[in-house]
Amino acid sequence: MSKPIIEIEGVGKRYRIRGQRERYLSLRDELAKSARRLSPFSRPRSPVPGRSEDFWALKDVSLTVNEGEVLGIIGRNGAGKSTLLKILSKITPPTEGRITMRGRVASLLEVGTGFHPELSGRENIYLNGAILGMTRAEVRRKFDEIAAFAEVEKFLETPVKRYSSGMYVRLAFAVAAHLEPEVLLVDEVLAVGDIAFQKKCISKMRDASHSGRTVLVVSHNMQVIASICRRALWLDSGKCVVGGDAADVVGQYERAGASSVTGGSGGRITRVPRPPAPAWIDWLETCDENGRFRSVFAHGETMQMVVGLCGRLPSAPYFEWVLYTEKGYVASSGGTFFAEKDFPLPTPSGSLRARIGPLPLAEGRYSLLLRLGEQPGCELTDVWEDAATLVITSCVPHAGGLPFDTKRGVIYIPAEYSDGETQGR
Amino acid sequence: MKSSNHVEYAITPPKGFLSVNWGELWRFRDLFLVLAWRDITVRYKQTVLGILWALLQPVVTMIVFTFIFNRVGRIESGDTTPYPIFLYVGLILWHYYSMTLTSASNSLVTYQAMLQKIYFPRFIMPASTAVTGLVDLAIASLILAGMMVYYRFSPPLLGLLVLPVLLLCTILAAVGFGCFLAAINVKYRDVRHALPFFIQILMYVTPVIYPVKMLDKYPVIKSLMLWLNPMSGVITNARAALLGQGHFDWTIMGISFLMSGVYFVVGLYYFRNTERYFADIV
Repeated sequence: MSKPIIEIEGVGKRYRIRGQRERYLSLRDELAKSARRLSPFSRPRSPVPGRSEDFWALKDVSLTVNEGEVLGIIGRNGAGKSTLLKILSKITPPTEGRITMRGRVASLLEVGTGFHPELSGRENIYLNGAILGMTRAEVRRKFDEIAAFAEVEKFLETPVKRYSSGMYVRLAFAVAAHLEPEVLLVDEVLAVGDIAFQKKCISKMRDASHSGRTVLVVSHNMQVIASICRRALWLDSGKCVVGGDAADVVGQYERAGASSVTGGSGGRITRVPRPPAPAWIDWLETCDENGRFRSVFAHGETMQMVVGLCGRLPSAPYFEWVLYTEKGYVASSGGTFFAEKDFPLPTPSGSLRARIGPLPLAEGRYSLLLRLGEQPGCELTDVWEDAATLVITSCVPHAGGLPFDTKRGVIYIPAEYSDGETQGR
Repeated sequence: MKSSNHVEYAITPPKGFLSVNWGELWRFRDLFLVLAWRDITVRYKQTVLGILWALLQPVVTMIVFTFIFNRVGRIESGDTTPYPIFLYVGLILWHYYSMTLTSASNSLVTYQAMLQKIYFPRFIMPASTAVTGLVDLAIASLILAGMMVYYRFSPPLLGLLVLPVLLLCTILAAVGFGCFLAAINVKYRDVRHALPFFIQILMYVTPVIYPVKMLDKYPVIKSLMLWLNPMSGVITNARAALLGQGHFDWTIMGISFLMSGVYFVVGLYYFRNTERYFADIV
């Protein structure tokens, strides 16, 4: 076997975070600052003005990838996955470490980078192709194939600003899919398009690996990672947690998914700005049955919700919660008016605890909306939209099988199957 | 699958002073051309007047400036050359220079998504803007040709030969300066606001609406202008080459060329040594 196509040795990337106040530096301020520094009357200052902080987006990551391998990179948001791809594609340099590349690299960190809305589909194919590193001759040769893959042949002369978002994404992915680099870096682009198109993309990536291409994929879709990658790498806070067999790593990641959120993040979510209502929901805590803060729950777990109520509550108040799917459909809802016991809401202010579960929900992200009102159906006193995001994991009806996610439905109904002859009605 | 595993390179933390990677720039020449083509295409799409814009702008400016500065303000061309054509030569070159400078300075910020998502030698972005303006310049030159016929000027052969050199000088100065400003613009957003003002002032310290001869009484200012601002020499010599105004001054040409070269090299190397952080700070 030849040398590995990618060798990553102890790579780290440091960002310097300045105070959050200033988004952009201004030349004026910098000049004023240096003028002050030069002035003999200024007091000596600490060497780092403006309180900058170091933040390691990646630290000590080492990895080798062999030719023809399809490697999945998983981890929570901010774990350093995209940073790693950016370093590999030379967009940003590492702060330390060394990477040896033995092949032509193309990266697809975003679908449709450089697309210009005013240009036609045809023009954008050439533009995007060149941006991704194809020569004009190469694009010309593959043009028909690209247009056919994207299913936009009829609209090639239309400016892409008139395209539907689906067409736009298909066209963009089609160009990228026809790249022929030795190493392809892909970030999260599979999250787009309808299911049929996603399938097409996945099979295209499989083809790529069969033809000997090396692919690195970053995705939050564990199903994709597990199905197309043989090996996976789990990053957390810039460090490599586990690397190895994809199914294994995905399994470990999913099991740990809930507990890693339990630790630091979570806690009380306080409402800002305070709504101008006479009575309002001021804060929210979500936790598990043992009272530990959490926003990630496994399918079938029970959650607890504690809300803080403030202001002058109406005489007969009610409290309601609604869970929305990511697409904005109501997944379920509930409220004090459904409770078996008549629950008196605290007056004038205090907190209310709701025990909700077991959650029969499919894997996915849900948005929580809270309402406070006077009699169901009457005028609302307060609505808190998108109060929290809940993540449901581990809805895998049978061990090792397919996960049940929101594409299949919102709730999972257990079902058993047997021979139709043996048991009559 | 064809095996071209000969490409092997290392990605390491950048250290020290970086020189320009010309080989890589050459490999990305297609992207350079495509970006230039994109800007040209987009510029004339969805405009009612289309190409006419490239004519309207310099012609209207010429008419207004001739009235204000020549008729009312009594600024002359300095010899028998009619003021409108004298002005027009300066205007179209100046317009090209300021347009390239502006779009080069803003190129990185305008297309920052590309900067953050794709790797390519960053220099391509400001450099490709120099091509876009050439189309406008070529169109505006048609009017110049018409005016030369009207005023019965026949350019000397030498003049036509020198023209590409003058243009090259303009491109070097604009791209060099533009690269420098683009790199600063990524970090400090006030460049964007200061630039229109700066360019406006710069026009008045370039002999666009007046002949450089007018400054004979102020020798220090005149030589500062010729030395620091390559466009002074370019425009003065363009008038000599095309309109036969005065004689073609090789010394001034040399100075302009030297200074353009200096701006270009300084801009390019400053750019090259800051570009690695563009994606992080833009």
